[in-house]
Parts: sequence; C-alpha cells; structure tokens
Amino acid sequence: MQVPQGVDADWFDREVPRVTALLDLVALVGRVLVGACRSSGRLALFAAEGLSHIVRPPFYGRMFLRALAEIGYFSLPVVALTAVFTGMVLALQSSTGLSRFSADSAVASLVVLSVTRELGPVLAGLMVAGRVGAAIAAELGTMRVTDQIDALSTLSTNPMKYLVAPRLLAGLIALPLLVVVADILGVMGGFIIATVKLGFNSQTYIANTVNFLQTDDFVSGLVKAAVFGVLITLMGCYQGYNSKGGAQGVGAATTSAVVAASVLILAFDYVLTELFFAR
Amino acid sequence: MSAEPKLTIRLRGVSKSFGDKKVLDGIDLDVATGTSMVVIGGSGSGKSVLLKCILGLIEPDEGVIEIDGIDILTAPREQRAELRARIGMLFQNGALFDSLPVWENVAFGLLARKLCTRAEARARASDILAQVGLAASVGELSPSELSGGMQKRVGLARAIAAQPEILFFDEPTTGLDPIMGAVIDGLIVDCVKRMGSTAIAITHDMASARRIGDRAAMLYKGRIVWEGLASELMQTGNEMVDQFTHGRREGPIQMELRK
Repeated sequence: MQVPQGVDADWFDREVPRVTALLDLVALVGRVLVGACRSSGRLALFAAEGLSHIVRPPFYGRMFLRALAEIGYFSLPVVALTAVFTGMVLALQSSTGLSRFSADSAVASLVVLSVTRELGPVLAGLMVAGRVGAAIAAELGTMRVTDQIDALSTLSTNPMKYLVAPRLLAGLIALPLLVVVADILGVMGGFIIATVKLGFNSQTYIANTVNFLQTDDFVSGLVKAAVFGVLITLMGCYQGYNSKGGAQGVGAATTSAVVAASVLILAFDYVLTELFFAR
Repeated sequence: MSAEPKLTIRLRGVSKSFGDKKVLDGIDLDVATGTSMVVIGGSGSGKSVLLKCILGLIEPDEGVIEIDGIDILTAPREQRAELRARIGMLFQNGALFDSLPVWENVAFGLLARKLCTRAEARARASDILAQVGLAASVGELSPSELSGGMQKRVGLARAIAAQPEILFFDEPTTGLDPIMGAVIDGLIVDCVKRMGSTAIAITHDMASARRIGDRAAMLYKGRIVWEGLASELMQTGNEMVDQFTHGRREGPIQMELRK
C-alpha cells in the first residue's frame, strides 16, 4: 500500500490496534449502558408489580404485621441510639462552631432543623437498610434457592403478593414512625448536651426549638422516610427474589441490597430536598 | 379395537434454552389419566426444567403443553390458575416454609384457597400427617427440627393436602437412605392410587423409578430417547437406558468432564 507523504512507514501498523482498542472501549461502554438500562427496567417492573399488589386483594394481614414488627418495632433500639448520639454530637459540634461567631443561641434551631429535615430520616434509613434490607434479601434469597418461592406458586399463592407487597407496605408505614421517634430522641440528645454540658437555659432552649420548627420541616422528613422505607424493602425484595447460585448468591444479594438501598437513600435525599426546599 | 386412553398431560415439541444451552429440545410426552410416568436422566438433562414448564414456573420457548386438553401456555390467567390448583408438587428438598410450623406448611394450600378456616385446617393437617405416617405432634414443630425423611413426608403431605388430580415428584428419594427411600416410595404409590391421581416423577433412583412408575421415559440432552413400561427399565435393549440404569461408565452417554 502507498504510504501518504509525510506519514511514517509503520503508520498503519500502529493505527489499526488503536482503532480496535477504541472500538472495544465503545463496545464496553455500550454493554454497560445496555446492562444498566436492562437492570433499571427490571427493577421498575418489579416495583410496579409489587406496589400494585398492595391495593389488589387478596391481602395477607399476618405477613404485613410480621413485616411491620420486623422493620418497625425491632429496629427501634438501633434507630433510637443513633438518633440520641447524633443529636448530642450535633449540639456539641454546632456549639463549638457557632461560639466563634457569638451565635450560640442558634444551637437549638440548628439541631432541630438538622434532625427533622435530614439526619433523622437519612440515618434511620441507613440503619434500617443495614438491618432490615439485608434480612429481607437473605430470607427471600434463601427461599428462592431452596425452591420455597416456586412452592408458593404451586400452592395457589402469588409470591409477589405474599412476600413482596406486605414488606413494601410495612416499609412505607414503619419508616415514618421510626423517624418520629428519631426526631424526638435526636432533639432530646441535643437538649441534654446543651443544658447539662454547655450550660444553656432549658426553657430558652425548648422555646428556640419550638419557635424554629415549622410543619414543613417535620413533614418533609416524614415524606423522605416513607420513600426510604419503600426503597429499602424494594431493594431487599428485588435482590433476594432474583438471587441465584446457592449460598454465595444469597450472600451477594444481601450485600447488593444494602449497598443499593444506601446509595439510593442518599440520592433520593438530594432529589427530595431539591423538591421541598430549593428556591 | 381398544379405545385410546384419556390423556391428562400432553406435551408436543416443548423446547427451552437458557442462553446458548438448549435444555429441552422438542419434547413429546403423553401421560394417561390415573397413571404414573417416571422420567429418568442424568444431572442437567432437563428433568426439573421439564416439570417446571408443565407447572408454569418456566415458560418454554416453543411447543404445546396441554392439561386435560387445555393448552396452559395460551390459556387465560384465571384458567391457568385453576389448572395449577389441581396440581400438587413434592420438591426435591421439600421446600418447606421455614417461617411456618409444620401444620401450617401442610395446610398452606387449603388456607390459600380458603377451603377451610384455620381451626379446621389445623385438624385437617393432623389427619394428612397421619396419612404419611407422622404424629399430630409433629405439626407443632418447625421444619428445621425435622430429619430429611420427615421433611420429605411433610412435603408429600403438603402436596396431597388438597387432593390434587395431578401430582409431581422431583427426585423424591434423593438424599435418603434406601429404607427411607422405599418408605417414601410406598407412601407416594399409596397416595396416588388412593386419590386416583395422574403422576409424573423424576428421579435418578432406579429402584424408586420401578416402584413408583407405570411407564418411564429417559431424557438425554433435552430429548426423550426412550419410553416404555417402568417394569422393563432394566432390560430395555436401548444402549443409553441400559448404560444409565446399570451405571456403566462405558457406553453412548459420555460425561462431560474437564481435564
């Protein structure tokens, strides 16, 4: 082949591998994108089917109550401890920061707004994701690999209706209730540190807390919690329901459920904050 | 001329692939009403996939699966649910629900279809447990507290609880000692005869196959390579069946071993 003037004699030999490598890279990116779209589509269909069964009979009240106890009641200790310590740390940190600007009086408002708007729902969500999301994925994953989900189908029971819908509904209801508790205990943690350690007047602190707290702050936290509750149970159910490959598959499903739920909680927290408070 | 036997289950050209691997390749199979068909074949030959296709748990790529003349692949959802309610299934490992006590496992189908109250279901579960040789007190235990043989019996009790017209058994004696295997086979034969059910069992166990089946078929690489009377399994004259039933290394069936 005639080599163009001004081009090295080995130009073609060098360029062909480069083009091939570039095409390989494009193919890889394409595969990843197609895979991501396919996974998102599957998850969306799974979520739509699961949520639709919440409002379509038959309803499995016992499964719902069991899930509600597991997600709500048994998560209370870990959520309560997290909230109390977070409130305490928040009061301590904000006091040291704000005192530099002689703005100590803002501690109460900072604590109550931070806890109700952000830290209550997000930390409760992350704690429940670790505890409940993993448990749901492990339980459903084990049921999948031991044919228990197939057995449900042979016994005139829709597994989505029996296993998934009650958990989604329980997550939707339990997380806001947990966040109410987290909000109260988080503010209480801040109050204890502010009055006992930092020397704040208790009545002034409470007055500041009540004056600064608005309905929107509290409600936005509850809405976030409801969304997080659905995300946690959805990821647990989705990963567990679709797990395969024995014990290793169940382990992978459990890890994926917790990681995916945690990332989604943080992403949706930003989206919901934009929706509620962005001017 | 004798009349054609009435068919409960009829498969024509059923195929299923997972990716590049063709697991079922044009299966034709007939099971006459009130008879037991045993499907034998090596691991990975597609036996479990075949059962799951008939149950509707896996959708085949092509073919026809008829139960009492109704094609379950094209039937409306309600009709498919009705057909499925007529099938009882004993899974390979029992597939008992860990979170429920034994009695609730046994009565699960009755409660799901609202055929009785919880109190009645509890009493019915005790009766059904007695039919598979288990005491009523077993009903209060958790599945994890049972031995392998007891789990199989509870699985059998659950499969027969609603008196299904069709029964499927997925390797009913796998993992059991020979005596317990014979006990389970005896229970299966008793249940099938008593209820007049049509049955399909898949197994590797030749003794079990001859005890359970009226007829037998061998599946190899997704195809039925032989079909005949179960009582003739050990002397079919078919090289593949003979190699399989006598457990010979040499023969037309080559194990795919990596070296």
